[in-house]
This record gives sequence, C-alpha cells and structure tokens, in this order.
Amino acid sequence: MDLLKVVLRHPSGRIGAAIILIFLVLAGLGAVGLTPHDPLKQFVVDRLKPPSLTYWFGTDLLGRDTFSRLMLGISESFIVAFASVAVAATAGTIIGLFAAWWGHLWDGVLMRTMDVLLAFPAILLALLIVAIEGAGMVTSIVAIGIVYTPIFARVVRAPALAIKGREFVEAARTFGSSQGYILTRHLLLNLVAPLTVQITLALAWALLTESGLSFLGLGTQPPAPSLGVMLAESKSMMTRAPWLMIFPGLTIMLAILGFNLLGDALRDILDPRTQGRGA
Amino acid sequence: MPVTAIYGRPANSRAADMNYLTQRLLTFPLVLLGVSLLVFFAIRLVPGDAIIAMLGTEAGLLTDAQRASLEAYFGLDQPIIVQYGRWLAGLFEGNLGISVTYGKPVLEVILARFPLTLELSLLSMLISLAVGIPAGGFAATRADRPSDLLVRLFAMLGQSTPSFVVGLVLIYFLSVTFRMLPAMGSFTPLFEDPIGNLSQMLLPSITLGLSFAAAVTRISRSAMLDVLSDDYVRTARSKGASQRDVVWKHALPNALIPVVTLSGVEFGYLLGGAVIVEQIFALPGLGRLTLDAISQRDYPLVQGAVLFIAFNFLVVNLLVDLAYAALDPRIRLGGK
Repeated sequence: MDLLKVVLRHPSGRIGAAIILIFLVLAGLGAVGLTPHDPLKQFVVDRLKPPSLTYWFGTDLLGRDTFSRLMLGISESFIVAFASVAVAATAGTIIGLFAAWWGHLWDGVLMRTMDVLLAFPAILLALLIVAIEGAGMVTSIVAIGIVYTPIFARVVRAPALAIKGREFVEAARTFGSSQGYILTRHLLLNLVAPLTVQITLALAWALLTESGLSFLGLGTQPPAPSLGVMLAESKSMMTRAPWLMIFPGLTIMLAILGFNLLGDALRDILDPRTQGRGA
Repeated sequence: MPVTAIYGRPANSRAADMNYLTQRLLTFPLVLLGVSLLVFFAIRLVPGDAIIAMLGTEAGLLTDAQRASLEAYFGLDQPIIVQYGRWLAGLFEGNLGISVTYGKPVLEVILARFPLTLELSLLSMLISLAVGIPAGGFAATRADRPSDLLVRLFAMLGQSTPSFVVGLVLIYFLSVTFRMLPAMGSFTPLFEDPIGNLSQMLLPSITLGLSFAAAVTRISRSAMLDVLSDDYVRTARSKGASQRDVVWKHALPNALIPVVTLSGVEFGYLLGGAVIVEQIFALPGLGRLTLDAISQRDYPLVQGAVLFIAFNFLVVNLLVDLAYAALDPRIRLGGK
C-alpha cells in the first residue's frame, strides 16, 4: 500500500480521497436504506420546508426529505459512474491492447472505429444510445461506457506499442512465452499506472455525463432520485426553495471535484513527465 | 468535458510529424464514412415505426394503400442498404433529405439553427480565452505562491462544476438580485438587434465558457511553466529584458501552442451544439434541435444533424492539426 501512503501525502490527493470516502459512506448508507427519512416518503404537511434539524437540507414540493434523497441519489449516480467506467476501461483496454499487439490492418480498423466514436460529442452519442435502448440505469451505464471506450483504447495503445518493442518483451518471446502470458503479464502490468490515472479521471466525467443525462430526463427515471433529476426538478422553484438547487448542485460539484483532485494527484505521482509541475 | 484528456497532447509528444498529418488527411474520408454508417444504422435501431412517429395516432386511420404510398415517398419501402446508398448519394449533392416534423429540407432546418450555435460557440470561446490565458500566465509566474494556489483552486472548481449547475446558479442570482429572468423562447438574431441578442447570449456563453476557461487556465499555466524554464527565456533574461517582456513577449507565444490545439478541439465540440445549456436557457440551437429530433423520431433530421455535427468536428480537428504543424517548426520541417 505504498501508493496509498504517497497519495495521502500529496495535498490534493488527500483532499480528493477524503471527499470520495465521505461520498462512498453516504452512498453505501443510502443504498441500504439507512437515511434520516424515507427518501420516497411524502411528508405532506412539511412541503417546501427550509433546512432544519428535522430536515437537514429541507424538503421538496412533495414534502420529501432532500438529504435522504441526496444519499440515495449519490448511490444511484455512483453505481452508474463506477459501472460505466468499468465497461469503458475493460473494452478500451482490450481494444487498445489488440490494436497495439496485432498492428497493421487491425490497428487501423480498431483505432479508426474509435475515431468514429470520438467524432460525436459525448452527450449526443449518449442521447442516441438512450433513444435506442430507452432511458434507465442500465442504458446510462452502457451509453457512458461506450462513449468513454475510445479514450481508454487510446490511453492503452500508445504505451502498449512502446512497451511491445522493448527488450524484455522480445526476451519473453524468445523464451517461448505464450501471447496471452505476454499480453497480461508484461503489457498489462506496465499499463497499470496510466490506467489508474485514467480511471480516476473518467469517474469524474462519468458522474458529469450521468448527471447531465438525468438532468435532461434521459437517465435514472423518477421517482428514484438522481442528482441530475433533483436539479432539474429544482429549476421551477428556485426562488421559493433555493435549497433544492443548492444542495444537489454542491453535491455533484464536490463529488466530481473529489475524483478530479485524486486523479490529478495520481497523475503527478505516477506520470514522471508531469512530476513537480503540480498542474 | 474531458477534451484535455482526449486530444490535448503532452508537450513532449511534438514528435508527431508530417507522416501523422498525411495519415490524418488520408483517413479523413474513411472516418467520415464510418460516421455516416453509424448514424444511419443506429437511427434504425430506435424502436418505433417511422410513419407512426410522424402522424401519431392518426397513423391508425391510414388505409394500407395510403401507408404504402407514404413509405414509398420517404423511400422506406426499399431494402435498408438501398436506403443508405440513396442517402449517401444525396449527401454529395447537399441533399440530406426532408425533415418529417418541419416538412422542409433537413439542411435548411439545420442551417437555420446554426447561426445561434456558432455565435454561442464563439462567445463562450472568447470568454474562456480572455479569462484563462491571463489567469494561467499569472499563476505560472507566481508558481506555488498563495496567488497561484488560489488560481489553481478556482480552475479546479470550474472544471468540476457541471454546466447546468453554473447555469441554474446564474439564473438564480439574476432573478434574486435584479428580479428579472433572462430572455427566453425566441432568438434575436445578432444583426437585427445586437443589444437584445447579446443580452440574451451573455449568460449562456458564460455558463458554457466557465469549464473551458478552467481548462485553458490549467493548460496555459503548465505550458508557461515549461517555457519559462527553456534556454531561450533564460537568454532573454540575461540580455536584461524586463520580467514583463520575458513573460508576455518571449514566453507567451510558445506557451500558447497547446492552448491553440485545445481550443480548436473544444470549438469543434461546441459547434455540435450545447444540448444542456440550450435546454436551460431555452435557446433554439443545434443541440436542442437534435434532442427534439431524437424524441420525435425525425429520422432524416437526426441523421442529418448528427452527421453535420460530426463533420464539423472532424474538419475543425483536421484544421487544428494543420495549424499545430504551422505553429511548431519542428513539425513543419518534418524533423523530430
């Protein structure tokens, strides 16, 4: 756990890790139902109440507790973010590795296909996929996963190409190591550093895209709360009940900030090119 | 958006040479063909019948003959490959088909929305650069001092805030402090009423520009730091050039190379319309046109709009690569 120690010594790594930890705890509690109130229950007499000791972040138009809804919303958003990044990282790594390993025609076909996907603005590509599959959590995961696959393919291919030509891979080949062994042992192991950085940053974008999709009404479907849905619902009541906008807005921002900070710290630590620049 | 991570090349990969450019030019039509294939077939995977989507419940009143003639009119009776071939052939004549919801040529519908998107892209770009380059340069000259940390903190926050949060907060402050709402609904063209137009476009442009301003700040800062430690800057310093001249005259032009690349890519994306920002401010741009076309199953319009957007993106990126080569002599001269 040397990496963890180094990350915690890095100022933005420490803050980022702390934010993510808090969110993971909130998401976990929200997922198992340990919220101050039932996130879907409507306390009809307490509609549009400002923040108080009973309702920490106030209530919405239907009298639902904002804090409890946020906890559930975080867990929904995090599930989509983690699952979609898992999809993108797996698919992208496989595509990038094969493109680098087989080279020539395969490289051309695979990477040009990735270029085609990259030519669409992320949210538009996601919209198209949602139109085909119908809105919902699984669709969001698939859509965001596909959108970010090309980025992982690119991140993996370049270093994989560089490593492929190095002596130790040549040596492994002359020893008669199988292709699969070389691919997983030598190539993949050497890609752990760039992938770790990329996965952390991708989690930030996935959260951004997920909340954007649900803000447009194309992600998680109501009554299940998601951060984007809650913000979209707050728009019409922002002057009467600004807390409905402020808390979900801050929550999304902090969550994305956490992953961005951690990703930056990891890049500083793992990527020797940017070391000490603190960009 | 994660533009930096997709295309922002690290400073030391400038070795991308002429070979790369030629390759880009050669594969350009191929990628475009791929885009058209993907768009065309993806749209046909959308569940629901095009005729029903067009007419709604009235489709039930059609006789079989009427239905058949409608399908023939839109070419829906042909095998899918033939439909694709026809569409592709039409593209070369600038014919993207007829929009089902508007009853007008798709290209005409798109071009009617394009000025707004173009203006929004240019304005938000201008705001980002006007804020980001000075902020990044300023931070770089004060590396690791409190003012640098403050700029970095703001840049980090800016990059982590989704555009709809920024947009909602801006609308909130406007409505609370000035008791007014931004003009929404119809769009005032720039040349008819410049003031009305700009007052309508300002908030959306700021909203759209903020996260990119943050990205520009970060890139300019790190590029400036790189350049400031270069030999030629040290030479300028030892010649006795003032700190101001060194930073803004000698270092800045070179530090701007990555900013130019990044801006080009961002501009390519912006031209695709800003779905969320257009939605918040009720602006009739390309993004909302596409969103509406998808929900109304206006196949020809979705196809045309998405192709138009991807085409713009690819062209802008190609131009960025060419500009990049022109700016960096190491690439222009084919050396490493």
